[in-house]
Amino acid sequence: MVQIAHDDSDAIVIIGSGAGGGTLAHELTRRGIKVVLLEAGARQSLASFSQNPGEAFAQLTWLEPRTTSGSWTVREDYPGLPSWTCKTVGGTTVHWTGATPRIRPWELRARTTYGHIAGASLIDWPIEYAELERYYDHAERRLNVTRRHGNPGLPASSHFKVMYNGAKRIGYKQVHTGYLAVNTRPADDRGMCIQQGFCVQGCKTGAKWSTLYTEIPRAEATGHLDLRIRCRALRIEHGENGRVNAVVYHDESGQELRQRARLVCVACNSIETARLLLLSESARFPHGLANSSDQVGRNYCRHTAGFVWGVFDQPIRFWRGTTLAGIVEDETKHDPKRGFAGGYHLELAALDLPSLPLAGFPSTLWGRELGFLMDHYERMAGMLINGEDMPRATNRITLDPTVKDSFALPVAHIHVDEHDNDAAMRTHAQRQGRAIYEAVGAIRTATSRQTPATHNMCTARMSKNPGDGVVDEYGRAHDVPNLFISDGSALSTPGSANPTLTIVALALRQAEYITRELSARNL
Amino acid sequence: MSTMSPIPRRSFLAVSGIVSGLLVAGGPLSLIAPGRAWALEMKVLTSSQGGALMSVARTIAPHDNLEDAAYALVVKAIDAAAAADEHVRSLVAAGLAGLGGDFASLTEAARTAALKAVEKSAFFQLLRASTLANLYSSAIAYAHFGYEGEAFSKGGYLTRGFDDLHWLPEVPLQDSGPGVGGG
Repeated sequence: MVQIAHDDSDAIVIIGSGAGGGTLAHELTRRGIKVVLLEAGARQSLASFSQNPGEAFAQLTWLEPRTTSGSWTVREDYPGLPSWTCKTVGGTTVHWTGATPRIRPWELRARTTYGHIAGASLIDWPIEYAELERYYDHAERRLNVTRRHGNPGLPASSHFKVMYNGAKRIGYKQVHTGYLAVNTRPADDRGMCIQQGFCVQGCKTGAKWSTLYTEIPRAEATGHLDLRIRCRALRIEHGENGRVNAVVYHDESGQELRQRARLVCVACNSIETARLLLLSESARFPHGLANSSDQVGRNYCRHTAGFVWGVFDQPIRFWRGTTLAGIVEDETKHDPKRGFAGGYHLELAALDLPSLPLAGFPSTLWGRELGFLMDHYERMAGMLINGEDMPRATNRITLDPTVKDSFALPVAHIHVDEHDNDAAMRTHAQRQGRAIYEAVGAIRTATSRQTPATHNMCTARMSKNPGDGVVDEYGRAHDVPNLFISDGSALSTPGSANPTLTIVALALRQAEYITRELSARNL
Repeated sequence: MSTMSPIPRRSFLAVSGIVSGLLVAGGPLSLIAPGRAWALEMKVLTSSQGGALMSVARTIAPHDNLEDAAYALVVKAIDAAAAADEHVRSLVAAGLAGLGGDFASLTEAARTAALKAVEKSAFFQLLRASTLANLYSSAIAYAHFGYEGEAFSKGGYLTRGFDDLHWLPEVPLQDSGPGVGGG
């Protein structure tokens, strides 16, 4: 592995090694560009992934505090964990379920498609679908996505049979085992899915794509990657010309270091990306780096989410099998007759026994109803709603005025008041989910409320008009020509798709752009 | 049962209180425990506080056929948290005092009503979170609820029943995918 000098002002510094940062690091290094990749977390491996759910959570999760306010139910149900993100080499690609649906063409034109919606800050994406589609194709081949490009789907688990039959009986047409970045056969130096059900604890066969064991080792093999683990970025610095020129970080031993940089790419997962920009305030950027528009941290989206559970009188054992291998696509349309704008996916979802009561039910559920549901653990089916939520300027990440992290820096504060559109969509989705289970004989159904956000988006969004967002269509900051955003923060709107595939597609596109601009000496 | 000691072993460490009981004969635990009797020695909570906490945990997460030993793990965790944090200790002590000395002997309906009245309190939220986090994560719970846990070492479920549900029609190939051996 190459060692890049701290005073090397030609260094390209990427902060964060997940779907965006890890992919970008590989794409740049394979073109011969030297990259310093800073990762706050430790490096796990297929062998070190814990299969104890509590240990796995502690092994992979970003555990520094975050605070929350607003009318969303997460404030009541999960005050200590309003968002569930990762701190580990590979980022959330270690923890994700592998779900890779695409954002729909009309979702890229959210403002145009949905029209003016009071209390929402919708914009259109600065990218046409035809352009994004080329990178979706590229990303799907890279991740070896099922049901795309000639790949077969995953086989149907017992759990999916319940969803499938129920969904078909109430008239849904597009119901299948999903688009998943999960190998059905060994391929691309990754193993195959053995239907073990431990997807989110870290996939021990490597069947599920993660930058941890694909992009990052391949970037290392080029000889151009300097990966620095357990290194926490504290702030990004700039010169008098307004261009960023260094990243200050803490290394494993607690030493504060400064890496000079020609270019900085931020990919810390939406909440921490916004926080890092806000922490990097200066006389020139008094409201935070790249924030002359005052849009950094705003428009925070997390998807309208929540579980629907069905209880049956016969065994299902929903923990057996690929966690998310099932999807209903019919409701991803925009049909205002349903009483809301935008659409949602229904996705198969199981939780392990220890996690179900903690993550699957609202904090108001206890007593006999809780007992009944848990007593039927072997006879439960579950699905997750994944719907487009409305961006709002006031739903935002700010620096907490009192709570500090272990580096004495203000932690991220997450304020969310759900838009009425989100609530209407959730009500519709919960009703449809219950109907699916009732159609195949559920003796009881139950729902959660909004779950801790694993999809965090739009806090440094791409916009055509610099006043509406933070970065341009390539993720390049409107205010700072050599600063890029390379994660889900850059999504203009959330769409109804799980975000990872889109993040990878945008990273592939950004890597081409950066390479082109570097060789043209424009950066 | 590595987390609890069989009676009659008594530790020489300071013990504040004890909760104890008998395993159900023929239950999953009786097969793996060294004896039928179990006891939890607490660091800071009294025996009566421990008994009341057992009762609170059973009211929050009632499972009639789940043995007391499983609920004792909740008490053990709360006792450890109380020993480590004076704030937790006083929160638990004050909360239990508020429920009254005879809480454990009340009917389930009365216990539920008493807890409902304090549902928004930090005391109740702590006990609810502690109950859920510790009741369902033990080997006892895995056995009781039929959860199989870690499956990687056994090769997953690909050839061990991930698709063995037969009370509903099968999914056509175009909506699923080839199984083992491509069939």
